[in-house]
Amino acid sequence: MKNHKTIVLSNQEISPGYFRMRILAPDYSRLAKPGQFVMFRVQRSLLPLLRRPFGIFRAGFMPADCDTMPPKEFIEIIYKVVGSGTDIMQGLHQGDPVELLGPLGTGFDLNLTTGDSILVGGGIGLVPLYMLAESIPDPSMAEVLIGGRSRDDIITVTEFERLGVKTFVSTEDGSLGDAGLVTRVLESRLEQKPAARVFACGPMPMIKAVEKICRSRQVQLQVSLEELMACGVGACLGCVVKGKGHSTEKPSYLCTCTVGPVFHADDLDWEDTVSADDCECGVKK
Amino acid sequence: MNRRKKEDKPLNLQVEVAGITFKNPIMPASGTFGYGEEYAPYLDLNALGAIVTKGLSLRPRAGNDTPRVCETIGGMLNAIGLQNVGIEQFIYQKLPFLEQFDTPVIVNFFGNTQDEYGEVAARLDELPGVAGLEMNISCPNVKHGGIIFGTDPGAAFAAVEAVRKNTTKPLIVKLTPNVTDIQVTARAVAEAGADAISLINTLTGMAVDVKTRRPRLANTIGGLSGPAVRPIAVRLVHQVVQAVNIPVIGIGGISRAMDALEFLIVGATAVQVGTANFVDPNAMATIIDELETFCRDEGVEDINDVIGTLSV
Repeated sequence: MKNHKTIVLSNQEISPGYFRMRILAPDYSRLAKPGQFVMFRVQRSLLPLLRRPFGIFRAGFMPADCDTMPPKEFIEIIYKVVGSGTDIMQGLHQGDPVELLGPLGTGFDLNLTTGDSILVGGGIGLVPLYMLAESIPDPSMAEVLIGGRSRDDIITVTEFERLGVKTFVSTEDGSLGDAGLVTRVLESRLEQKPAARVFACGPMPMIKAVEKICRSRQVQLQVSLEELMACGVGACLGCVVKGKGHSTEKPSYLCTCTVGPVFHADDLDWEDTVSADDCECGVKK
Repeated sequence: MNRRKKEDKPLNLQVEVAGITFKNPIMPASGTFGYGEEYAPYLDLNALGAIVTKGLSLRPRAGNDTPRVCETIGGMLNAIGLQNVGIEQFIYQKLPFLEQFDTPVIVNFFGNTQDEYGEVAARLDELPGVAGLEMNISCPNVKHGGIIFGTDPGAAFAAVEAVRKNTTKPLIVKLTPNVTDIQVTARAVAEAGADAISLINTLTGMAVDVKTRRPRLANTIGGLSGPAVRPIAVRLVHQVVQAVNIPVIGIGGISRAMDALEFLIVGATAVQVGTANFVDPNAMATIIDELETFCRDEGVEDINDVIGTLSV
């Protein structure tokens, strides 16, 4: 965990409104675990003031500028332009200064990636699932269910396919892949693979539906959540979610930034999960 | 980073508030620095003037529903609701970590009732690892967060008096800006026995999501902090300095040394850095560095020579 003053290496629109940014990130290929995130600062100004959390899509190396230099370590984040912060981000170019705090948070429990795995990503929620897919010992036993509103919201399918995992695309308007919700695909896949473990990230209504499906079938589930957060390190207590057994008398609030963003579904209180999903002031991971 | 060159004269950044010596006037504002341990990976806690903890109550508190935070222009709204581990858990789980640093620990606390304020103060008074107390009579986000004490000078006087009876430790009282005349409140707490005053706590505010037409915070109303509030904070500190004879700690939108200096010049002896910690976990270390640079550039040998030098 460190704050890096670093630079943008590239920033490309990969689908209308979706950008993939590569950032110079020393040590990240060693440190970053699947499901972790960074607190990203666009510029040293008051707009936007706070950093924004972004899930790490992948970490890697690229060749150095000359033979005598070591290879450059980078991370990639993928973001959807939804507010003032991401609007500034889409205008960044190679060499522009940015700051990265991270890698932060608790990622996926990788002990549960042997055997059949089903990864469920809704829209931009697909992002943290890529490193998870990379780390699955036998990719042929993993399936990735990719859902979105329309074809523009379906991103990085090819990247997943290259890992050797099987992909299933669905859109709500039927413009790409199966028509309908990704949760319907999940139900049908679980018919085929009832013992699979499920890993999900996406909008809260999707997460809740996935949880219901998994609970009724007694399938192990890990979810990656997004909440509005100010600090990312467990100090502001802005991003809490209710833990299992939460009550007014015995409160259990878990920080999404430190205990999460990935939780075992069993550790959360699903009765009354509050979501900031519709809040425009938050930037999606 | 130490920019000091060999030929430079020694520079004194040390200040004293209510009998506590701070190695520099920079410390975190309660609630923005957790219990210190959250920021230890990013910043040397030994470098700080003091560590100020998240506000503690007699028993653990759950806090408010989410969303609890929301960014606004040049600032943020929060309605955390004073979620905290409670005084006992703090003593056993959090304080030992803080005691290993050569930095005074100031414990921020609050109560639901006057008696509860007194009770927490008595418990904290027993602890050698606690250098001073910061009494919060100003949280805007919970019904009994102290604001009822903070907005009523009579209630403020009584609560501070109750705490004063139970502790001999340096007592800082943190004021709310959400009052008509801050000088009245400041005089009341000074008369009741406060050793110092810190201000401002957040300004009450509200933001609305125009699409859903719902408030952006689950609590509807929250506290505004960040650079946006600084001019208001400087004005209030200026007014309090003129009203009382006890030291004042300035808080509100400080993210650079220049901001901190505004407060010192109007008469604050030290300052607290809040929202800036969220923006940059290393913010306070940078401010301390910048403060040194400012002093060297301006030929200031002792930061105390800057305090209260406003020329009107």
